[in-house]
Amino acid sequence: MTLPLIQFVDIKKNFGANEVLKGVNLSIYKGDIMVVIGKSGTGKSVLLKHIIGLVHQDSGELLIDGKSLHTLPKKGRLFFKKELSYMFQENALFDFLNVFENIALPLTETSRDTRFIIEEKVNTRMVQLGLGPIGKKFPSELSGGMRKRVALARALVTDPKVVLFDEPTTGLDPVRKKKVHTMIKEYQEQFGFTAVIVSHDIPEIFDLAQHIALLDEGKIIFEGTKDDILHSRSDTVNAFIRGDEQLCPTDT
Amino acid sequence: MKYIEKLGGATLQVVESIGRIVLFFISGVTRIFVRPIQADKIIDQMWFVGAKSLFVIILTGTFTGMVLGLQGYYSLVKFGSEAALGSAVSLTIIRELGPVLSAIMITARAGSAMAAEIGVMRISEQIDALRTMQIDPIRFLFSPRIMAALISFPLLTAIFDVMGIFGGYLTGSLLLGINPAIYMDKVIQSVEMVDIAGGFLKSFVFAIVVTTICCYRGYYTHLSTRGGHGAKGVSMATTNSVVQSCVFILIVDYIITYFLV
Repeated sequence: MTLPLIQFVDIKKNFGANEVLKGVNLSIYKGDIMVVIGKSGTGKSVLLKHIIGLVHQDSGELLIDGKSLHTLPKKGRLFFKKELSYMFQENALFDFLNVFENIALPLTETSRDTRFIIEEKVNTRMVQLGLGPIGKKFPSELSGGMRKRVALARALVTDPKVVLFDEPTTGLDPVRKKKVHTMIKEYQEQFGFTAVIVSHDIPEIFDLAQHIALLDEGKIIFEGTKDDILHSRSDTVNAFIRGDEQLCPTDT
Repeated sequence: MKYIEKLGGATLQVVESIGRIVLFFISGVTRIFVRPIQADKIIDQMWFVGAKSLFVIILTGTFTGMVLGLQGYYSLVKFGSEAALGSAVSLTIIRELGPVLSAIMITARAGSAMAAEIGVMRISEQIDALRTMQIDPIRFLFSPRIMAALISFPLLTAIFDVMGIFGGYLTGSLLLGINPAIYMDKVIQSVEMVDIAGGFLKSFVFAIVVTTICCYRGYYTHLSTRGGHGAKGVSMATTNSVVQSCVFILIVDYIITYFLV
């Protein structure tokens, strides 16, 4: 049996009195596209941030290739984290750097590549993502869709093995949303990375997903394929997919 | 009982903040020497902290000297010792006003910008983005700034000193008629190396105080209990950094002066 690349085992996380994750169990396999859906504020981004190390669990285990991330030696942890990439909801591009410098940043700061190699890698990604001659522009001069693509180029420039997408289509119109989804699918096929996507784009995101997990009340209440979720008999799952306010109440 | 609890809580918060700021400073300074040295970023920051503050330093230095020249002249003339104006202006500027006013001016111009810029980076997840890219945010953001400040503060203070003495000359000699040769002779006679070294020591310490407080406030904007994650948090971080820097400049100035005299 294949070991999951990343496995959440009974992960719990509180922020003060707010219990966000109440025992999450989830397995993500190598080369898979895992989509995590759920109501706003249920801890989907917190879940992603556990993988990249921006948030640490209060209890439970995060296993990488079957080994606890915490018990891995420092070198092993660093090696794993170097293979990760994170695309932020609001892109988190640096205002004081131009597009080229933004994309090149992970390489200029952490790799030993020469300037020439860095330029080549960045230019390749820019061409692949259709960014054209905007290298010298600053993020504030770009449209929302362009900024997303720059963020995606930055996330992919290090050839990561795992890419985490935190609501990659927030604030985009339906056409651009579709473009970003297609882009993720194409690049995932092209580069073969494992993708974990937090999204609210239901049902469009299902076309992209190989596996879907539904996070509700701090727990994964559903895990399966697109067909599984569309034919689920769970009232909560169906209510969430349909956006039924009566059966799936929100806080607001 | 409630008041004791509140007092205890506040004390713990203060101790925690002091610990965090000291660790922040140590981390930033030690990372200056981590290879590769971030020379380009240090030069960028020197441009921002140093070169861009030049005009305001020249302006405030000149006018401070001019005011000292006027005030000094009318005080000294009562005792018939207006010839000592050069000594009074130069020593006051070099020992005291040069380092203090330069530091306050740089805080207002560059320190506030540091706090705001880093604060915005915090709330827009840019600092988290650095961590996800395995880039040390303290080394990336704080180390070049403190290094640049350590170089720029003494240089700007020196310029302030020169402009202040020149300002005193403008009012003392050109306006009020003190012989320029006497004015300059008194400056040269009264200023000793120990005065200049003391002024530079102060500017070094102020560079550390201002940069650490401003960068720290921006970096930990999100920990602010009121509006930490939004625009209000950044504005509070900026205001606090300027107020605290100015207060600490004066406190540290007193302590250094106490040991120097």
